[in-house]
Amino acid sequence: MDAAHAHGYGHGDHAHHPSGILRWIQTTNHKDIGTLYLWFSFSMFLVGGVLALMLRVELFQPGLQVWRPEFFNQLTTMHGLIMVFGAIMPAFVGFANWQIPMMIGAPDMAFARMNNWSFWLLPPAAILLVVSFFVPGGATAAGWTVYAPLSTQMGPGMDLAIFALHIMGASSIMGSINIITTILNMRAPGMTLMKMPLFVWTWLITAYLLIAVMPVLAGAITMILTDRHFGTNFFNAAGGGDPVMFQHIFWFFGHPEVYIMILPAFGIVSQIVPTFARKPLFGYSSMVYATSSIAILSFIVWAHHMFTVGMPATAQLFFMYATMLIAVPTGVKVFNWIATMWKGSMTFETPMLFACGFIFVFSMGGFTGLVLAITPVDIQLQDTYYVVAHFHYVLVAGSLFAIFGGVYYWIPKWTGYMYDETLGKWHFWLSMIFFNITFFPMHFSGLAGMPRRIPDYALQFADFNMISTVGAFGFGLSQLIFLWVVIKCIRGGQKAADQTWEGAEGLEWTLPSPAPYHTFETPPVVK
Amino acid sequence: MLSQSARYFIPEPSRWPIFGSVALLSMALGAASWFNGASWGKFLLIAGVLILFYMLAGWFTTVAHESEGGKYNKQVDISFRWSMSWFIFSEVMFFAAFFGALFYMRVISVPDLGGLESQQLIWPGFKAEWPASGPGIKEHFSPMGAWGIPALNTLLLLSSGVTVTWAHWGLLKNNRMQLIWGLVMTIALGMTFLGFQIYEYAHAVSELNLKISMGAYGATFFMLTGFHGFHVTIGTIMLIVILFRCVAGHFRPEHHFGFEGVAWYWHFVDVVWLLLFIFVYWL
Repeated sequence: MDAAHAHGYGHGDHAHHPSGILRWIQTTNHKDIGTLYLWFSFSMFLVGGVLALMLRVELFQPGLQVWRPEFFNQLTTMHGLIMVFGAIMPAFVGFANWQIPMMIGAPDMAFARMNNWSFWLLPPAAILLVVSFFVPGGATAAGWTVYAPLSTQMGPGMDLAIFALHIMGASSIMGSINIITTILNMRAPGMTLMKMPLFVWTWLITAYLLIAVMPVLAGAITMILTDRHFGTNFFNAAGGGDPVMFQHIFWFFGHPEVYIMILPAFGIVSQIVPTFARKPLFGYSSMVYATSSIAILSFIVWAHHMFTVGMPATAQLFFMYATMLIAVPTGVKVFNWIATMWKGSMTFETPMLFACGFIFVFSMGGFTGLVLAITPVDIQLQDTYYVVAHFHYVLVAGSLFAIFGGVYYWIPKWTGYMYDETLGKWHFWLSMIFFNITFFPMHFSGLAGMPRRIPDYALQFADFNMISTVGAFGFGLSQLIFLWVVIKCIRGGQKAADQTWEGAEGLEWTLPSPAPYHTFETPPVVK
Repeated sequence: MLSQSARYFIPEPSRWPIFGSVALLSMALGAASWFNGASWGKFLLIAGVLILFYMLAGWFTTVAHESEGGKYNKQVDISFRWSMSWFIFSEVMFFAAFFGALFYMRVISVPDLGGLESQQLIWPGFKAEWPASGPGIKEHFSPMGAWGIPALNTLLLLSSGVTVTWAHWGLLKNNRMQLIWGLVMTIALGMTFLGFQIYEYAHAVSELNLKISMGAYGATFFMLTGFHGFHVTIGTIMLIVILFRCVAGHFRPEHHFGFEGVAWYWHFVDVVWLLLFIFVYWL
């Protein structure tokens, strides 16, 4: 069917398009692919969430109750890998697919066919990760950071994880090239760079980060693979290598990676806050420059993840100060969001609740990040639950809350129906409360010295862990409300207006709700 | 309504991507099984590679038809230019990881293993002089000299950069013979380079006892030159595809990004080689 191109897209004749499952497998439509990304992400979120609950079950009480220690380590590793690469990253790519063409007035992504492949590489990677639980030795238990020499010694599950990462990396690189090209070359006439919605800006910078660092991860795990099977000695001191070198290469990828997971979240929040404050975003250009500064700084702070491996004091000082410097552009962002709200006519629909929740709880995660940036403090807190609390504050209450906020904000445009506001509010408040019940106590257990990635712990940590486990189950169950809201919204409800939110600005709100299959085939003119 | 030629081209639904995904899944499962001792794994791997080649052939044919069918307007052309530039940037970062490993070993890990503490406590007698294998490797090897085959290979690749530019000039002047002969020469130079590289590997293993297991030097030497050789192979295959398209009469002086993209890639591979020649072979 590809050989014959009797009719191109956009003639209003869609009868020849495949239907049923083939529609989704062969689609080149950015909205279809965005939907696929979002559903894939949510499924992986549930899988990763179940793994997290399995961890919390074991940690409910001290002692070994449910899982063998090596299986516990597999759970922590796979929870991390699946949440980072399967849930958070694809969700943001889903938003990019749905929204960027509509926000810049483009007919589709620049490379619609490659866009399909970017998505359809993810299910094979997910299969590899899930299958790895069932091979001899089980899934990799080296942690999501797959540090050598653990990762050079594990069983076949490690190889499957390496190949899964290679494939997901290829998917990310293709997706990012597509997004950058779309933003740089497909903007409607008059849509200059400094008129782009901030979500588009943050994705432009995120895509740049992805293209810069995903190949470095590919290099690092390739070295692991050859150390495992082909006799190289990259991470073996007897062969002139160094396990610490793996950490350097990994975190050169890994630190930009954490910004890859938060910059699009900043973008979503920067769309939501002006809408519900009914004021333009305060300090638009400073937001753009702050985002760029964060991206540039992300390349020179990686060793703050490894203050305890032994490095010269000069290097420790450099990485400490560079890390603290990131607080400046991040502070600019938080200031601007709050200044946007200042004297605004605010209402608190669910997207705004999630955005406000994001600003509040993400900032707490940012502050613990500053604490951890201080080298002497970090040496005490390295590998404790304080670190676990810190990165869940920025990744769950940061990235995930922004994703939820974004879904509530744009789902009327996607489905044509309003979501159930009452249920949305329940989802927010339960998530917010249970999130804090789960992760706030981890600050205390971490400060008191409880190590992470250990299935058993000393008795004095029992109460905090019991609270965390109760909170985790509450948080997990609350997410079923979200699933319910989304399904309900797809099936029908109150019709959404084209301009769904009174204060919303941007090209996507000039389109009908639901947005037609093809939009902006003739580019709009932006004044 | 804008005319079809002025509108940005958006392809029909396509079956090629899913073939690629199935291919990569079977390659990954096959390789993982094979590396861990299941001999059937290699058949799964080969099957995956074959599916991948089928997919690439089909996908490229589709693209060539669309391009020759006039579906790619100026704006699509600019998209291709952006995307190829970013793709090459991603390749630069991939090689950066391995160059990073080389510099780290030469500047940090090997000198450290020969430092006073290591000398006293762990590895007595290890001399940290590059080229080094590692303190735990008892076999000896000789490093690869720069001024034999590698220097010749530098000359070959640099010349191939000239011939591909000459071919491009031919294409711009609509001189098809210059285009085709320029490409033929470029491909011949690339293949000669690869032949020399294979000969050099055989020479390394049989006469210099230089193997991939020879610690820091062996690992970085074979991984860097190996990945470079792999990229030269891909570049040569791409040039051959472009040659066939030129013979079939594709490309016009004002519309030939397929050619230019491959030429860009070829120059990139060339630059990587220069860095390899300096840091792996010479210094």
